Amino acid sequence: MVKPLWIARDPSACSGCRRCELACSMHHEGWMWPEASRIRVFMPFPGLEVPHLCSQCQDYPCVEACPVEALSTDPDYGAVIVDREKCTSCGACIRACPGTVPYLHPGDDKATICDLCGGEPECVEVCTEAGYNALTIVNEGPSVHRKLYSRNPVDTARDLAVNMFGEKGEEVIE
Amino acid sequence: MSSIWIVRDYENCSGCRRCELACSMHHEGWMWPEASRIRVFMPFPGVEVPHLCAQCDDYPCVESCPVEALSVDGGTTAVIVDEETCIGCGACAKACPGTVPYLHPRDRKATICDLCGGDPECVKVCREAGYNALRLVHEGMSGHRKLFARNPVDVAKDLAVKFFGEKGEELIV
Amino acid sequence: MTPGGYAGKWLDVDLSKDKIREVEYGDKVLEQYLGGRGLAAKVLWDKVGDKYPELDPLDPKSPLMVYTGPMTGIYPGSRICVSGKSPVSMGTVGSTAATEFANEIKEAGYDGVTFTGKADRPVYLLVTDDGAELMDAGHLWGLDGEKTLIKLNKEVTAELTKRKPNVGLWKDPGMVYIGPAGENMVRNAAVMAKICHACGYGGYGALMGSKNLKAVVAKGRGPLPKVDAPEAAKLLWRRTHQILIGRTAMRRQGTGYAGYSVGAVTSSEPIRNWQEEWHDEKSYGGPMFEHRYWVKKKWADFNCTTNCMKISCIKTGKWKGDITDMPDYELQAYCGTNFGIYDPEANIHLSALADQLGHSGINGPNTAGFAVELHQRDILKDSDFGFKPKWGDPDTFDRIMRMMANREKIGDVLAEGTYRAALKIAEMKGLKPDELLKYAVHVKGIEIGAHGTRSDADYTHDISYAANVQGGDHTSTSVDGYNDMSGAVFTDSAVFCNFTYYGVPQSLVFDFAKAITGFDINLHKWRSETGPRIVTLQRALLMLGGPDLKWTPVKDDDNPPRFYEPLPSGPYKGKTTDRKLVDEKLKAYNETLGWDERGIPTKETLKKLDLGFLEKSVSKLR
Repeated sequence: MVKPLWIARDPSACSGCRRCELACSMHHEGWMWPEASRIRVFMPFPGLEVPHLCSQCQDYPCVEACPVEALSTDPDYGAVIVDREKCTSCGACIRACPGTVPYLHPGDDKATICDLCGGEPECVEVCTEAGYNALTIVNEGPSVHRKLYSRNPVDTARDLAVNMFGEKGEEVIE
Repeated sequence: MSSIWIVRDYENCSGCRRCELACSMHHEGWMWPEASRIRVFMPFPGVEVPHLCAQCDDYPCVESCPVEALSVDGGTTAVIVDEETCIGCGACAKACPGTVPYLHPRDRKATICDLCGGDPECVKVCREAGYNALRLVHEGMSGHRKLFARNPVDVAKDLAVKFFGEKGEELIV
Repeated sequence: MTPGGYAGKWLDVDLSKDKIREVEYGDKVLEQYLGGRGLAAKVLWDKVGDKYPELDPLDPKSPLMVYTGPMTGIYPGSRICVSGKSPVSMGTVGSTAATEFANEIKEAGYDGVTFTGKADRPVYLLVTDDGAELMDAGHLWGLDGEKTLIKLNKEVTAELTKRKPNVGLWKDPGMVYIGPAGENMVRNAAVMAKICHACGYGGYGALMGSKNLKAVVAKGRGPLPKVDAPEAAKLLWRRTHQILIGRTAMRRQGTGYAGYSVGAVTSSEPIRNWQEEWHDEKSYGGPMFEHRYWVKKKWADFNCTTNCMKISCIKTGKWKGDITDMPDYELQAYCGTNFGIYDPEANIHLSALADQLGHSGINGPNTAGFAVELHQRDILKDSDFGFKPKWGDPDTFDRIMRMMANREKIGDVLAEGTYRAALKIAEMKGLKPDELLKYAVHVKGIEIGAHGTRSDADYTHDISYAANVQGGDHTSTSVDGYNDMSGAVFTDSAVFCNFTYYGVPQSLVFDFAKAITGFDINLHKWRSETGPRIVTLQRALLMLGGPDLKWTPVKDDDNPPRFYEPLPSGPYKGKTTDRKLVDEKLKAYNETLGWDERGIPTKETLKKLDLGFLEKSVSKLR
């Protein structure tokens, strides 16, 4: 039986090494390409590194939003799968996502979303290997909390800033 | 056995005290936090400080013992207490810059971490739980170790400011 | 076809004419000089040639290079290398700092930028996939580092979003920039990155300031450049990281525990302008920084698992809100012990202040310490400062660093760097230069890193600085003529971090270099041919000098006088650097490299290393 799976994310543990971006793009693109990685680490201020990737919302607003049904969910893990043939690069999924997670690929301009590597996410592997544990695999089923992680990374960074730097944190992200 | 050291990362300490339980089960045969060679201090809730021997490079405790009850394990670098010889005078506790040794609650003998002969139980349970407040490293002697032999309240004062900012200065007096 | 690892194009920006061109360098030049430090020295010569000695580094004609190398971004620990004619040494320095700017510019399709000319208004260069453009920086001029970074990050992200709103969120750009010190052409000012990272040695912040160039910003969306043997490169990438992940002490402590141990154990830490090098101040121990101030202990730059960085933040008191990295050992020493300060909080404040002003945290504070010793010796008076400076007093050094960055009072003189300040103050006070130079701890105008040679117990020894083509630079020291070739000269030219190099088997690093570039590159060839070529070119430029400064061979190939004074305290009390050993090793060093006994490259050596283009100028030095 397939175990449910989710990538738990702890941005306060993220070192900013971006090995997740490198591992993801090597897997999906064949070579190091941070901007084509399904996980992207934002850094609105040094020290505030926020891994940004699909959180598999229960109601999948991106899938709902696609006018050409190019997006579907993988039955095993709930990952959003993009049919690149059908995708018209209209950006509806990006706008529908509460965290603006999908983006248009810098190569073919198609919507690009984490596919959980079919159950063995490369990003988690390298993050665990390095002992950062900013990303960890949890075998947990869908929950209402997931959607709350689908958030603009600058908003997340603003919260982290106050957590890390106190009052000063309110100044470092304009 | 090569030289080992227990790295302590206080911010990661959850305060679960499984280290105390595992240590005392190993050394005393049952759960006895006050007889554990590692003791978690908590001057204020949330500020938990695991306190254990740091194996200073100059071993002031060993030097201070008037009856030569303390010696150094040539492999692990742990301080070994000869309980037969120990007279419970407390000289080692006074000599330690972090007042780490203490007199055992039962027999009033000096009690110091022996690194479990190379495979410390406290580290195992801490790692198992994913806290990593304690980690084992195979590193040689260094002048930095001694700096961890520090009064846990002083450590907690620093941590409190980091966690709580200005409020931290008020919490631990 | 471009060799692997290179984007294949460099930008050439004439700031006077607002003209931006794309240039390429041939395979042969790239194989001979790689990138970064090596390529920058070559391009500098190609642009200036035999007129080199007459070129004032701060003249608009003086080129400034901001280069990556073929390994940047791909090998762990990506860095940018800034170079050009140094306003402090008159030679060149490959001055590197870790920043995402380095991989971003490659992802935008460029290996680097060469700037010449001077903009008629403050500008920054924005590099994207669509090319490069000069942007107005009037609103950024005068801002400290932190505010510069915050504003630029926001406005560039907004601009890119405006241009391409439909692609999703735009990730933050990478950038290098200067603070007030660079703007005011403090001669040893740094080019800054990522709030607390600095291309410190060489004074390239002053070069940027002289060109009215506030920042260089890059955002690319392309992949990292293709490599010669991708499958091998991927395996080597994994293997290198496994080794770096195994370096537990470095990952845990960074160099932030060394402020205590380099003084207490190796007795080689600057104290009150190097009057002593030993202390046993446990208040300055690593844990005292870690427990109270390190708010993030696993911090890394792009493609790095060494995570030697730890973010410090002061949460209470008058310095509340100061943020910096660790401080690392060099700044624990130079913004701490060298000021007679052993208080972690004061050290964090002064380090963060150096970052925000855009001082190099080694070089600027060296000059500040020098000034306070001159006061101790009654050469400078209270009236020169406008207050009474005191060792161990954070406010003293807070004020001096600000005065230097803003060129106020004595700060205007100190802003010339330790060596030139010594000469100027001697003139001001009617003293002989040597009476001040004996307190100036520099080699060839470059203030010395925080690793003394007197105890002989640190990694720096007799000729480490004396023979170094980058003067006092502690990251690139001379050993015996060959060993140093495989270290910093390589990492600064392939452009990645020293700390992802040491500890990794050299054979593995060179295999990685070969997999990336496809060049016939190996350790032996690097040490016997490529490394010596770059160092010989740098040596020639250093000795050709500038219009108002020429170094004297042998006499200036030496340690500062202070390193021959006996250590006054500690376990190595009474020890000095061994003069006889310095003389002997210097001779051997010159001989090994094929330079004459005065350290001038011979005609045969220039020919052998394909540096014949230097012969006309160098012959005048012999």
